[in-house]
Amino acid sequence: MSETAAPKLELGRVGEIVPRADGVPKVTGEFAYSSDLQAAGMLWGHTVRSPHAHARIVSIDLSQALAMPGVHAVLTHEDVPGAKRYGLEFPDQPVLASERVRYFGEPVALVAAEHPEQARRAGERVTVEYEPLAAIVDAERATEQEPLHPDGPTMGHGYRDDPRPNVVRSLVIRHGDPDAEGEVTVSGVYEVGIQDQAFLGPESGLAIPDGEGGVDIHVATQWLHVDRDQVAPCLNLQSEQVRIHLAGVGGAFGGREDLSMQIHGALLALHTNRPVKMVYSREESFVGHIHRHPAKIWAEHRATREGRLVNVRVRVLLDGGAYASSSTAVTSNAASFAAGPYKVDNALIESTCVYTNNPPCGAMRGFGAVQVCFAHEAQMDKLAAALDIDPIELRLLNALEPGDSLPTGQKITGTLPVAEVIRRAAALDPPEPEELPRDPLRLPGGTGNTTRGEGVRRGVGFAVGFKNIGYSEGFDDYTAARVRLLPDGSAEIHCAAAEVGQGVANVILQVARTELGARKVVLAPHTTATVDSAGSASASRMTWMASGAVRDACRAALAELERKGDGGEVDIERIYRHPRTTPLDPETGQITGERAHVAYACAAMRVVAEVDVDLGLTRVVWIGTAQDVGKAVNPQAVTGQIEGGTAQGLGLALMEEIQTRDGLITNASFTDYLIPTTLDMPPVVSELIEEAEPDAPYGAKGVGEPPTVVSTAAVVAALRAATGRELNRVPVSPDDVVGL
Amino acid sequence: MRVTLRVNGEEHETDVWEGESLLFALRERLGLPGSKNACEQGECGSCSVLLDGKLVCSCLVLAAQADGHEVLTVEGLAQDGRLHKVQQAFVAAGAVQCGFCTPGLVVAAADLLARNVYPSDDDIREALSGNLCRCTGYAKIFDAVRMAAAAL
Repeated sequence: MSETAAPKLELGRVGEIVPRADGVPKVTGEFAYSSDLQAAGMLWGHTVRSPHAHARIVSIDLSQALAMPGVHAVLTHEDVPGAKRYGLEFPDQPVLASERVRYFGEPVALVAAEHPEQARRAGERVTVEYEPLAAIVDAERATEQEPLHPDGPTMGHGYRDDPRPNVVRSLVIRHGDPDAEGEVTVSGVYEVGIQDQAFLGPESGLAIPDGEGGVDIHVATQWLHVDRDQVAPCLNLQSEQVRIHLAGVGGAFGGREDLSMQIHGALLALHTNRPVKMVYSREESFVGHIHRHPAKIWAEHRATREGRLVNVRVRVLLDGGAYASSSTAVTSNAASFAAGPYKVDNALIESTCVYTNNPPCGAMRGFGAVQVCFAHEAQMDKLAAALDIDPIELRLLNALEPGDSLPTGQKITGTLPVAEVIRRAAALDPPEPEELPRDPLRLPGGTGNTTRGEGVRRGVGFAVGFKNIGYSEGFDDYTAARVRLLPDGSAEIHCAAAEVGQGVANVILQVARTELGARKVVLAPHTTATVDSAGSASASRMTWMASGAVRDACRAALAELERKGDGGEVDIERIYRHPRTTPLDPETGQITGERAHVAYACAAMRVVAEVDVDLGLTRVVWIGTAQDVGKAVNPQAVTGQIEGGTAQGLGLALMEEIQTRDGLITNASFTDYLIPTTLDMPPVVSELIEEAEPDAPYGAKGVGEPPTVVSTAAVVAALRAATGRELNRVPVSPDDVVGL
Repeated sequence: MRVTLRVNGEEHETDVWEGESLLFALRERLGLPGSKNACEQGECGSCSVLLDGKLVCSCLVLAAQADGHEVLTVEGLAQDGRLHKVQQAFVAAGAVQCGFCTPGLVVAAADLLARNVYPSDDDIREALSGNLCRCTGYAKIFDAVRMAAAAL
């Protein structure tokens, strides 16, 4: 049973279990998601997308579409009044394609009509003549092919300017003596397929013209202000004329960092002077957002005979797809964490991301650390086997601890209890193997009734991983909060931190209650209109950053109330910044100041799996994990993040992959792209390791990503133990399991 | 065409286009957006409703097929302003994160408990296997269903 039967409703301060503020409207169906919005006189928008991965646009003919019933507007790149390109970090992506399309599903034209079906049918009558071009689909050859972006949008930004075509970013970390020899060497090549965020709420929103040339956009997003800053220039508007309001978000996981319908909906709304709603279909959602980078990783680990790591040499190749998105930061993360949470005096790490005509990739939970964790943990198990050392002992022997330096030269100054999470996860006892015969629901293959237990082998796997918290490499990362203390004794908190399901709204309320005592606290709508930026609900940063901003604003408001002494209204906004970071040296990959990353969090995981070695079918039986959380602001929400993050890592291990043929996605549906169901997820036992992070408000670290980082590696380790096979690619297919 | 739907005990008449799903009619014609559209092909269960007491994906039923039939949506689960035990348990157990799957899961779990008062863990897993959740990893959803079963 749950430990949550008696919630402390009356308090709800930091550290307590608090039911979600939006829980009741979400269980009754009243909560308004971005796809639920309506406005009087509303039209439906539809996006016409490229059927090619790479093609030149010869001509676009709108006449047939414009003549279709119910159609109010059909727009192309010519109708974009301002900047023609946008991007989260580099403006390399066309609002609507003009001369060429670079990926399957790239937006080319927009339609607004009375009924969504009219809009869709009119979209089919937009006649685009394409001249197909050879698609660059092999990341290993991309640097020898024609450049997809000859102007090099990511060059000249302080990274190493790699002269090869199609390089998004290339980073080399040289640490100690990169040629140092060990007594034992193990090596391997690992591959990670393209994973999709697969949030359940499709991209959607409602754009409403304000009658004065501006627009209000109600949308599901992760960072309201960065959306505004990308939308306004394309509409040729001042930023105050574009107001972004957070609509109900049906999950995010990184997939809503980049824009989807924001500019498109606003263009249609301003053009027709009518509210315009856009809702992507599931198929469109799969092409309408970026994915997790597929990766190929070459790793070599050199160690002493006692098992101490001497030198870790890793090469990471990431396929960024057609546009940059946040690929430069993913590239850096993959390099930063490639050696794992281990002390190593010498390392040579190269991480490169390339442009291709494959689906664009960017942020997904784990952000570069997932791919390399899969590789470094496989390597550690390989090394343990080569040395005949217990794999957990090998990890403990090499575990990083505060005071140690990372390959970037950064010293760990905060908490990072790597050995503790390893010990605590290793001490969790998995259940005894269940006897046969048993219900097929609890066998690999499930109700497919494919085995009675013959051919089923059990394996236990282990993994540990870590990741940064917050934005890195000198990014000016801040969060604003505004507190109004009202004469009736209540308080209103404004913070644009995106509630995407992770529970930051509760965190904000808990902090405010902690700081303001008995006052009744309400959270105002999340919008760009009333408060400065909160930064992104990503990088496991929002709890830390929103806590800092709300804490500081509450304290300032109370001080102001006391100073004024008249009991009147106080209205104060404060900006919170985490400790400053600085860039990595573009030539050596070494820190140029005290830190390139703000802080780190780690997790360890033990997994029991059963595998039908004849049919290649798998069943994860049990997962136990210990995670470094700093301080659990709301323990129920923290374990919820761990369980959900673990499921996404399990999905990547066993089933999730966007499949492409010459750059075209072939499985854009929940029939063909599988995510874990109730039958795939085992019980997850979570241990929270609370060692307060000294730089973080209340000591709390972000908790969303570490479980995803570590679970893919841990699940595959269990499958290796059950099968004795290398299994160096995820998702692991039945063919891989049986060795076909 | 014109159809008559009895939804959550209330009769509604509305015009629909012949190709419209029951889900579209509920959401866009009748002002009941609680049932969610996440896959449009019966894979995710977010649009689960009871049609004449049977659990269906409303995206796979035409509005025209539901003409003259009884529909129960998530909006009809609470009675006299009191949440259904399943709804209460979902909130208390922390089974809700983004909540997009929640309406469908709540309807499916209420349907399970109406048929099976003492579900085993396997019963729960099997009954909810047609409802995808991307946030929770399902652990707290199982907690919630057990909690609701104990409270019924």
